[in-house]
Amino acid sequence: MNQVLLNISGVNKRFGGLQALTGVGIRIEKGQVYGLIGPNGAGKTTFFNVITGLYQPDSGSFELAGQPYSPSAPHAVAKAGIARTFQNIRLFGEMTALENVMVGRHVRTRQGVFGAIFRHRAARAEEAAIRVRAQELLDFVGIGQFAQRTARFLSYGDQRRLEIARALATDPVLLALDEPAAGMNATEKVALRELLVKIRDAGVTILLIEHDVKLMMGLCDRISVLEYGKLIAEGLPAEIQKNQAVIEAYLGSGGGH
Amino acid sequence: METFVQQILNGLVLGSMYALIALGYTMVYGVLNLINFAHGDVLMIGAMVGFSILKLLDGVFPGLPGGVQLAIAIVGAIPVTMLVNVLIERVAYRRLRNAPRLAPLITAIGVSILLQTFAMMIWGRSPLPFPQLLSSEPVMLGGAVISRTQVLLLALAALAMVALVFLVEKTRMGRAMRAVAENPRVAGLMGVDSNRVIVATFAIGAALAAVAGVMWGANYASIQFAMGTLPGMKAFCAAVLGGIGNIYGAMIGGIVLGIIESLGAGYIGDLTGGFLGSHYQDIFAFIVLILVLTVRPSGIMGERVADRA
Amino acid sequence: MALFTFDTAHKPRQAWASMAVLLALLLAFPFVASQFGNSWVRIIDIALLYIMLALGLNIVVGFAGLLDLGYIAFFAVGAYLTGLLASPQFAALLESLINYHPELQDAIVATFGEEVRSNGIHLSVWAVVPLAAIVAALFGALLGAPTLKLRGDYLAIVTLGFGEIIRIFMNNLNDPINFTNGPQGINLIDPIRVFGLSLAGEPGSRATVFIGGYGMPSVNAYYFLFLLLCIATIFMTGRLQHSRLGRAWVAIREDEIAAKAMGINTRNVKLLAFSMGASFGGVAGAMFASFQGFVSPESFSLTESISVLAMVVLGGIGHIPGVVLGGVLLAALPEVLRHVVEPAQQALFGKVVIDAEVLRQLLYGLAMVLVMLYRPAGLWPSPVKEDRPLAATAKDEEAENA
Repeated sequence: MNQVLLNISGVNKRFGGLQALTGVGIRIEKGQVYGLIGPNGAGKTTFFNVITGLYQPDSGSFELAGQPYSPSAPHAVAKAGIARTFQNIRLFGEMTALENVMVGRHVRTRQGVFGAIFRHRAARAEEAAIRVRAQELLDFVGIGQFAQRTARFLSYGDQRRLEIARALATDPVLLALDEPAAGMNATEKVALRELLVKIRDAGVTILLIEHDVKLMMGLCDRISVLEYGKLIAEGLPAEIQKNQAVIEAYLGSGGGH
Repeated sequence: METFVQQILNGLVLGSMYALIALGYTMVYGVLNLINFAHGDVLMIGAMVGFSILKLLDGVFPGLPGGVQLAIAIVGAIPVTMLVNVLIERVAYRRLRNAPRLAPLITAIGVSILLQTFAMMIWGRSPLPFPQLLSSEPVMLGGAVISRTQVLLLALAALAMVALVFLVEKTRMGRAMRAVAENPRVAGLMGVDSNRVIVATFAIGAALAAVAGVMWGANYASIQFAMGTLPGMKAFCAAVLGGIGNIYGAMIGGIVLGIIESLGAGYIGDLTGGFLGSHYQDIFAFIVLILVLTVRPSGIMGERVADRA
Repeated sequence: MALFTFDTAHKPRQAWASMAVLLALLLAFPFVASQFGNSWVRIIDIALLYIMLALGLNIVVGFAGLLDLGYIAFFAVGAYLTGLLASPQFAALLESLINYHPELQDAIVATFGEEVRSNGIHLSVWAVVPLAAIVAALFGALLGAPTLKLRGDYLAIVTLGFGEIIRIFMNNLNDPINFTNGPQGINLIDPIRVFGLSLAGEPGSRATVFIGGYGMPSVNAYYFLFLLLCIATIFMTGRLQHSRLGRAWVAIREDEIAAKAMGINTRNVKLLAFSMGASFGGVAGAMFASFQGFVSPESFSLTESISVLAMVVLGGIGHIPGVVLGGVLLAALPEVLRHVVEPAQQALFGKVVIDAEVLRQLLYGLAMVLVMLYRPAGLWPSPVKEDRPLAATAKDEEAENA
């Protein structure tokens, strides 16, 4: 469990006049739940977008499971094994929940035009396997009964779960979640926590951006804190809670939003 | 083949018309993020109405000086095109302001078809000869020839553009337009009625199109119900070239595109070893568009599009 | 319409029965219509080709959400390719080579034989159709490539530009080398010949095709061929829709960034959408050329691109039965109207107030505006799965799933 899964260092990113990230790095071990917190505008989502290939960094070194990976294109990053969810949920609204998760299987499957039109044995088998796995994942996150429902008609909490199921469908080694608890009430957050523990126990490493400090403290193995695009603290949750710089950045800690 | 100077002059004339039309596209795109696909047909309506006015004048007040007749035609065409464009906005586009981008574009295409159909019904399907009102004695300019109609065209275009700049920079309405073009919601919070501004934008664009339409007819001596589509699309390319949403961009883009087309048609034969000839003129606008969007999407002057997030 | 359904997943017996009834009607149609002359069947023949086009465009616009305003270019490619390879046109091309590349001319004559000089190339339909599909697909990728990073409006205008560029080339590529014969177009294109049978009828048979001892008008023979092709197109696009690729297309349409994040190579998938859509257009073009016997640039203008788009949009973007409906309505209805409305006006007013062409345009324009304002998903959109208000409680859920 001490094997380093994600090793990133020296990430710089500038948008015009704004230096969004300065020398940011992160080191996550396999099997961890790793948290990334910081005030609004600190650069957390920007960092996510850089890691997952949505933005091109000005500099930085990126290593996944010991192999360098190039965050040049999001689909390549997904193929390498990092899957993500989005701060503002990005589902495929007109597709059913099941179809959304089936899309997640795209990167691990291969049938193309020929298979689509002729549906030979291998194509049919792959399609069946996709369907089965998708349903499994829907059950895993707890919305199996909504498989046939059009995604945009799901409740907010269920949509968040669906996004997680879809990300899991890509068979990631690292699951990067951007504020999965946003907009949830206390009960929903408890359920989310349980789900994340379940995911970790299933062998997926988790990187998590969140504002709910209580949730983070109880869940994460280690935490990094960003402020104005720079890392101001890194360590165990208990250490972070007592860290002077962190307290100043937040002006008070311990309260959920 | 014509001299270089002649081609530049031709390009300037063509470009002025493109500029006038491009302004309509760019202003609407600036406030609404919408390509008013029907704008080229508004040009056509301007030309048609101008034509009808000229026929009327010829019957009622024969013998008026050519320049006066054209002026009356333009002044008469403007309210009609304004009305048409404002109606289009009200009926076809207003409801779809927040719809996915596909919807207003398709409605715009539908409106374009309807405008052409009405023109077909009123003015018929065949090309109509636009009266040649100014003396056909050409003006010599440094080895090149330009007709009096073209001189008038250049003058009117310049006048219209100056007037527009004055409107946008110096008047209250112009300030309101710039505000809405930048951020409609905040402009609304500042007391700007964005609906009125949008209507004004459509109206002004239509007025410019009317001028361009009548002068197009006068320049080419022939008008037809389908005359607006291609110039419209090319003017849009010019607007993108100059920087969409940016009125200075539209003016510059229009003129530059006119010159590119003119020079291109003139030299394409030499450039391709005789394989392509000047009837390939129409492709330049689209090639320019693709190049701009690939290499420098914000255009020559930079785009100015509303933050409608 | 409650008795009539195509939902094979949920109501298989009813669906198959509906389809059987429909098929019977479709097969019987030409025999009935022939009683009234050839024109009705001819109208439907062309309509069938347009339905194929609409289904092909549906892949690009409906599935992948890429607004292509220049789709007719692929129709043109297929048609002109057929014109070049199944008519005397190649001979004209060879002749024009004589001033520029005489060695090339000799090389071609050496390869294909001396009659090429006088007769041109006459490939059989079995060669022309796959070629049309492949060449059109290549053009699809070619024309799609520059558009990959563009957002909706710009994509539309650029594709429109490409459509225009293709038309301009078709109109002018007759000098110095005569590929397309310019504005006059290409004539004397071979009719379709399958299993020794010419669908235009043998010379002297007055356009009658004889199968066994039984004779039918040529337009009827083409009807069955086009109907077959249409059904094949429906089948193939349906299979594409419900596949890994189809889901990838819809994912791109719904949210391209999320699609990329889920591992979809959006560049390749979009190019595939353009290619596949284009290939159907190419095949339809080949059929068109053979059916009409001639092609000219006026059949491939922006108006045509817009007409096909209107069919997709009006019928139900992305929904295959809807697209077919849109095709039927917009391709056949104007012609039907012409036969009905003009005589009616004649009888009522003593003259034709609104002629068929104007009526057709009016219909298209109104359809596009009204549909977008009031039924933006089309007349027959995809059924939404369990459209329930979000306030449904857990109890409702249990009752529903019991």
